[in-house]
Amino acid sequence: MNRKYELVYVVSPDATEEQVTALQTQVEDILQRMGGTLEKTENWGRRKLAYEIGRHKEGTYVLHVILGTGELMKEIDRRLKVFDTVIRHLVVRVDEEQAVIDRTRSKRTETMRRRRVARGLPPDRQPGEGQRGDADDDRDDRFDMGDGI
Amino acid sequence: MNGRKSTGGGGRGRTGAAGAAGKDGQQRRPMFRRRKVCKFCSDKIDDINYKDAKLLMPFVPERAKVLPRRISGTCAMHQRKLRTAIMRARQLALLPYTAE
Repeated sequence: MNRKYELVYVVSPDATEEQVTALQTQVEDILQRMGGTLEKTENWGRRKLAYEIGRHKEGTYVLHVILGTGELMKEIDRRLKVFDTVIRHLVVRVDEEQAVIDRTRSKRTETMRRRRVARGLPPDRQPGEGQRGDADDDRDDRFDMGDGI
Repeated sequence: MNGRKSTGGGGRGRTGAAGAAGKDGQQRRPMFRRRKVCKFCSDKIDDINYKDAKLLMPFVPERAKVLPRRISGTCAMHQRKLRTAIMRARQLALLPYTAE
């Protein structure tokens, strides 16, 4: 049963570039051994932490998007706890939420197209159409009746 | 003018407002507030993601507590999603738990 997970970990700011890449290869090793695929890797670089973790005020963030099983993620989770250089990590399952998001998006575009067709317009927005600012009343205080009344 | 006696006391209020609030005597002018709308509904943000700290920031003001729905106007569904996103972001130190 393959599922989609997101793994983010924060590496201590003292760690060298090599140590960060070493961690990434460690993760890839586990993936190879336990049969998972790496979909995406993102390095967010060094960021300021919102609060101090231990004595650290900064950290390097790395994101992996992984396709794999629950056991695999358990193993990765367990391994990441061991490393001293990893000060924080988080595993989140994303496939279900993503499916919901995609569904609402497609539903919205579908209804938009249907309504546009019903109004006698082409189903997709034309370039330059409906831009804010000109004749469009984009004020959202139409229900605001002011103090006078 | 007053064809029939109103059932509640006072009856000075505009509509049926006299019922419960009638006791305090003072006639309150109805306050018109700007109607609150859910930011995520109006901006059509489907994905409230924990990685997007910039999006979540306005919902955790100074004390770093989650802004309640009655103030932000967020709808129930999006407040729920917002809450999980904030909790995840906090774990990764993208957002604070408390203000120092």
